[in-house]
Amino acid sequence: MTSAAAPHPARERWWRGRTMRRFLANRLALFGAAAIVLLVLACVIGPGLLPYTSLSIDLRARFAPPFTGSHYLGTDPLGRDVAARLFMAGRISLAVGFAAMLLSTIIGTLIGVIAGYRGGWIGAVLMRMVDGFLSFPSIFLVLALAAALKPSAMMITVVIAATSWMEVARIVETEVRSLREREFVQAGRMLGLSGTHIMFREILPNAIGPIIVAATLTVARAILMEAYISFLGYGIQPPLPSWGNMLDGAQRYLGSAPWLAIIPGAAITIAVASFNFIGDGLRDAFDVRGDHK
Amino acid sequence: MMPQGQTARPAAPALSIRGLTVDLPRGMERRHAVENITFDLLDGQILCIVGESGSGKSVTANTIMGLLPRAILVSAGAIQLGGPDGTAMIGASPATLRSVRGRVVSMIFQDPLSALNPLMRVGEQITEVLTAHDVGTKDWQRQRVIELLTEVNLPNPQLMYDQYPFRLSGGQRQRVMIAMALALEPKVLIADEPTTALDVTTQAQILHLIRDILRRKGMSVMFITHDFGVVAEIADSVIVMEKGRIVEQGIAAEVLKSPSHPYTRRLIAAVPNLTGQDRAAAATVPEDAILKVEGLSKTYRSGSALLGSQRVVPAVQDVWFDIGASRTLGIVGESGSGKSSLGRLLVKLQDCDGGRILFEGRDIAALSDSEFRPLRPKIQMIFQDPFASLNPRSTIGQILTVGPVAHGMPRAQARIEAKELLARVGLDAGAFDRYPHEFSGGQRQRIGIARALMFKPRLLVADEAVSALDVSIQAQILQLLDQIQRETGVSMIFITHDLRVASQICDQIAVMHKGRIVEQGPPSQIFLNPQSSYTRELVAAIPGETLV
Repeated sequence: MTSAAAPHPARERWWRGRTMRRFLANRLALFGAAAIVLLVLACVIGPGLLPYTSLSIDLRARFAPPFTGSHYLGTDPLGRDVAARLFMAGRISLAVGFAAMLLSTIIGTLIGVIAGYRGGWIGAVLMRMVDGFLSFPSIFLVLALAAALKPSAMMITVVIAATSWMEVARIVETEVRSLREREFVQAGRMLGLSGTHIMFREILPNAIGPIIVAATLTVARAILMEAYISFLGYGIQPPLPSWGNMLDGAQRYLGSAPWLAIIPGAAITIAVASFNFIGDGLRDAFDVRGDHK
Repeated sequence: MMPQGQTARPAAPALSIRGLTVDLPRGMERRHAVENITFDLLDGQILCIVGESGSGKSVTANTIMGLLPRAILVSAGAIQLGGPDGTAMIGASPATLRSVRGRVVSMIFQDPLSALNPLMRVGEQITEVLTAHDVGTKDWQRQRVIELLTEVNLPNPQLMYDQYPFRLSGGQRQRVMIAMALALEPKVLIADEPTTALDVTTQAQILHLIRDILRRKGMSVMFITHDFGVVAEIADSVIVMEKGRIVEQGIAAEVLKSPSHPYTRRLIAAVPNLTGQDRAAAATVPEDAILKVEGLSKTYRSGSALLGSQRVVPAVQDVWFDIGASRTLGIVGESGSGKSSLGRLLVKLQDCDGGRILFEGRDIAALSDSEFRPLRPKIQMIFQDPFASLNPRSTIGQILTVGPVAHGMPRAQARIEAKELLARVGLDAGAFDRYPHEFSGGQRQRIGIARALMFKPRLLVADEAVSALDVSIQAQILQLLDQIQRETGVSMIFITHDLRVASQICDQIAVMHKGRIVEQGPPSQIFLNPQSSYTRELVAAIPGETLV
């Protein structure tokens, strides 16, 4: 038997791979993915389909409850259409969430890979930096930064990213530290590859699973954080809507016009829960031990 | 087919298996793990089940014990334990199985470290077996455990009782496993590759021990192995399995002497036998040493020197050797002898503490990492584990070309050379765009060899390059290495624990023991006329010397 000439098994495509199969078998994660797709579609297409823009004021229809005329989700105290504002707010909130996730994942991955691969004093310094950031109450840090700087969507994104990259860094560092000892990394060194090449081209692709999981969960946290800052008035500034500052105006009318709080609240809950479901689903799907359940 | 041994001795079968078929989950490479197998294990005999990995031999053992994973189901057949009025194991209730396991049939595993609980003292673990079956009082149990530890020839049983597994050597751990398996004097002992993870000298001792205990207790042993050398050493009868089917069975001596099935013949032929002959030199090249190692040493230190808890392990001590162009030097030793550390020092994956490594006249030990980088292409390494040494996320093409490209070779040229090399190591060009997990162990090792050859190196360091492979694949890889050396004139340092393998491929052999080279010479000297007592011990321990 010349095993070398044995026929190759059929090529496995990633969407038919085991990870994907396990993810698709997870109902909750699928539900989360579907909800996010719907939410994004609604935010992208929705404002174009409605007769009102988020800023047009209809003074005759202030405090209109949902389903009055073509105000499907009612109006706010200024007579602005809640549906139009919700979708516009969704664009901003989701964009801030995604952008903050991207930024914090990039920072966290970079620091985690370098700390994990180099080890020694470089690793120690970097990881103590992570500890330092972690030991800061992040919500106060965010509020302090937000109060000191001129609030804008960009600034909010940077501030949120600056306080949420540490988790990614920790996950990546542990992963890289164990991958570093594998023989294929030794083989890379034997071939004379540079440290940067080994870190980012050989090791990083093998750590992508945990990074994706952490990134998904970071989106959820970033959306919550943005809502929180905006609710307190340090975030996205009116008249630009965000889910957080829509809530800010709503609390005064909780008794008389509850939809003002319930609708953006529900949007936040759905988005955050969905991202968490997706994250959990991905974590289970990437976990090889899940096979023996 | 019934074993012919039955007519010679009218013994009742201690274990009898009839038409056993075990299904694999859907989507695996074949439908059945084992298919319609029938055999008897006679009283007081050793039956060896031989086959390559994936032949279904371990599944058979686990089925007998009722230890199959849930995804694997028995679809047909019967297993009768302890004669006609014994227990039918298939379909038995979990309670019945529990009572039978350990008492009537017990098992020892390949890896004695992972099979022992690391947080429990040796004595307690053996006592657990007795307690689980409600045997004896506390005092009696302790006495019995010490008796067992004595029986498996562990030194100082009283002291051994209170040791944790990590303090024991591999051979001692396997002895503990055997003691545990023997605790209730079972009729049948199933041994699943119990010596594969052990050094040759330890393997010889364990085989001897199993044989010895069997004689004393009148047990029957079902011994699973992939090594016909081991079969020659201990088996009464033998079963050869291929892809879940029994292809041959019979009395060991007869099967070994005149195997009837081509698969058996191939397996037996693949066993690397000791050649006491020196290898014919590839060409008469001037004996100019390409690599000279002078007084090389490396000491590992762990723990803290300040707190006085430092552990100092001298891994390599004052090693001297040299190797000429297109020659092969074998470095042989047991695990922990420092041979792998030596290999890593030579390719500078680790820095040495002292001594010189003269490569083409230049001392590379003194070079810094960046100074050594331009020289790396000339010294390449083949790694032990064909699964861990290839990046699972890179295609074979990337794996082969990444090194040369990093050293400035144009990408297009690297691709062409990589494809040529794939053909040379016996893989088709279609492999170029595939990922490592699509290949078998032997194929992956070929890829590892191709990677090392991409640079046209002057020196190849092969660290246990064939140890993780089945014997038949092993022979193919050794042949490939030999052929490559003849074609390219590369020098090779071949690190292995297997003297038989070393004897096949090496011009010179250095025997390492506790970090030192205790003997150096051509195979004829090492095997026929060993000078040091340690070498003599190693050579004597090789299984299956009768198999030539």
